[in-house]
Amino acid sequence: MSEAVNKNRRKYGVMSFAQTRHYRLPLAGIVSILHRVSGMLMFLLIPFVLYLLDKSLTSEISFEYFKGFTSHWFVKLVILALVWSYLHHFCAGVRHLFMDMHIGLDKDSGRKSAVGVFAVSLPLTALVALKLFGAF
Amino acid sequence: MANNNIGPKRLVVGAHFGLRDWLAQRLTAIVMAVYTVILLVAFLSGSNFSYEGWAGLFAQQWFKIATFVTFLSLLYHAWVGMRDVWMDYVTVSVGLRLVFHVATILWLIGCAGWAAQIIWRM
Repeated sequence: MSEAVNKNRRKYGVMSFAQTRHYRLPLAGIVSILHRVSGMLMFLLIPFVLYLLDKSLTSEISFEYFKGFTSHWFVKLVILALVWSYLHHFCAGVRHLFMDMHIGLDKDSGRKSAVGVFAVSLPLTALVALKLFGAF
Repeated sequence: MANNNIGPKRLVVGAHFGLRDWLAQRLTAIVMAVYTVILLVAFLSGSNFSYEGWAGLFAQQWFKIATFVTFLSLLYHAWVGMRDVWMDYVTVSVGLRLVFHVATILWLIGCAGWAAQIIWRM
């Protein structure tokens, strides 16, 4: 039995990145891969968030430094990327929890809930972007 | 009869393989969602957006504990997620995957130490 498993494994390995480009992902698939991308981004940027928290809490002097640091456009951009990651990961995660309870598993509702994820996460990200870059 | 179910020939499939991590990932996600709501309510209902207001929120012991518990949830959640990612994409060698796994663990534990220091220093 274990030989049969190994034979199949050799025959159908993981597809290469070049192969993935021949596929057009459905909307639910885009939500899924972005769930991974946003999760990895947040994993890598944990020290950045901790640095901001550290500076904002240590003292009044470091708080002023924090305000100056976060007023730089590039830092704002990184924060915006984190905010999008959080919102997307949150919404896609809630979608996941419903699917764990066997709600909305068929193709049609899967697509609808994928639209729902973008409909919530993207406007909220846009709202934060406007606030960050001083539109209101 | 030769025992052919040991070492590399062992079949690692069967019930509840990975179930605990799967469930823990869901529960830690709920912990983080609850903390998000607490933080948003505390922030949006506040009127003091100066250093005193912000540091005052983090000065309360219950909030320190809530923050730390949430961070530990994050650590476990990220471990399960990153391990899934490495298992799916780093397939060329088991040794390389182990390197990524260990690097992920060290990264997360380092971050947890820093978080604890930030939360309880003040």
